[in-house]
Amino acid sequence: MPVSVAVIDSGIGNLTSVHNALRRFAVPVAVTKDPSAIAAASHLILPGVGSFGEGMKELGERGLLPILCEEVLIQKKQILGICLGMQLFATEGFEHGHHRGLGFIAGTVRKIETSASGLRLPHIGWNNVRVSDRHPLSRGLANEPIFYFVHSYCFVPEDRGIIAGACDYGEEIVAMVQRGNICGVQFHPEKSDADGMRIFENFLDFPSC
Amino acid sequence: MLKPRLIPVLLLKNGILVRSKTFSLHQHTGDPLGQVERYTSWKADELIYLDINRDDIHDFRQTMSVIGTTSSRRNMPATMTNDIIAIIRSISEKCRIPLTVGGKIRTIEDIRIRLANGADKVSINTQALLDPLFIEEGARAFGNQCIVVCVDVKRHENGAYEVYRRFGKEPTGLSAAAWCTEAERRGAGEILLQSIDRDGMGEGYDLALIREVSQSVAIPVIALGGVGRFEHFVEGLRAGASAVAAANIFHFSEQSIIKAKRSMRNAGIDMRL
Repeated sequence: MPVSVAVIDSGIGNLTSVHNALRRFAVPVAVTKDPSAIAAASHLILPGVGSFGEGMKELGERGLLPILCEEVLIQKKQILGICLGMQLFATEGFEHGHHRGLGFIAGTVRKIETSASGLRLPHIGWNNVRVSDRHPLSRGLANEPIFYFVHSYCFVPEDRGIIAGACDYGEEIVAMVQRGNICGVQFHPEKSDADGMRIFENFLDFPSC
Repeated sequence: MLKPRLIPVLLLKNGILVRSKTFSLHQHTGDPLGQVERYTSWKADELIYLDINRDDIHDFRQTMSVIGTTSSRRNMPATMTNDIIAIIRSISEKCRIPLTVGGKIRTIEDIRIRLANGADKVSINTQALLDPLFIEEGARAFGNQCIVVCVDVKRHENGAYEVYRRFGKEPTGLSAAAWCTEAERRGAGEILLQSIDRDGMGEGYDLALIREVSQSVAIPVIALGGVGRFEHFVEGLRAGASAVAAANIFHFSEQSIIKAKRSMRNAGIDMRL
């Protein structure tokens, strides 16, 4: 299957920024909420900003939950979640109440703990990420690449082995995860200059099924 | 560790970039698109574009006489239209760092259309003061991280800081700390704190103002207004700002942002380079 990208239009992302970044790569890109277009693409990207509950609600209202589960869990299609998009992969989230997530990666999403550090929230700006060389998502990145973050909540996966990158903000923040065909980044690669473009490059290099 | 941000602010008036002094004098400096790639390659951490156009009618011969000499032919259509949305779209296509857009944002639809055309955040000012619920509606619809509340402040002789609206023309009776605290409570993700008296003076930030506001809120504060030397950035961060912004100092010198960051590093601040 030749590489083509569907950026899933969940109505909650900075979709244009993601689309602009992907246009630098010579692959077809569609921003879409159409299940047949999602099924036809080789690589899926789930962007997202906003809150966990709203994000799940938008996916549900657009009828995207069955197609996402089918393509990701059964077809094993490559997917990259960005920011809230990654957080939605979790089992559950605790932003403004308790919400069920997509459940692609066991774990929870909770507020960044700043009571000890006294740091400001949101965590906004450029932060160094320590990458694990065991995960292909971090291939070719310098020892400590630097990425742009904007978030107040963080993903805590049950299996620490899937953590492909982490940064510090009063506590350790999971910045990158990879489990099989499922990748996620807490930062915004579309807004992280050259290091961010490398994330997309790596992701698009993953073989399509 | 999180790096403090250095942010160039680009002022747009009638589709071209201008420099500003105490919110009144505006001198042309070029076309808005040419700066994007330059500033990105110079390691700007974000870009803020503020549309300070005040009149709805404008003679484009004046605009063209400026951009005709500074803009490539390919960039013409966006700048010629004076259409801020077209300008945002063209800028965002080239912009690989976060992009904030402000100016004349009055409705949720105004926010939506800017985000849909490639802005990552919006800066709201007068409308938030006229209707503070606008902050809540914006934050609910697009997330707190999207909503930057820009606050223009004048220092009175007795040392009190008062918030002004409508391009710094109309006093509001609100103190800077009180209004910023309210903006945070209503869902602002960041405060863009601008000193009217210091604008374009090159004498440094109003440090007491930065101290007062950054101690009153827990969200990041971006300082703006008054930078004339690179040391002023360091002072702004030490006063409590999470990010330091400036316009004029970056306009006329090659590599200005990299040079500023190197000088900040030499002062012991961990900047992205």
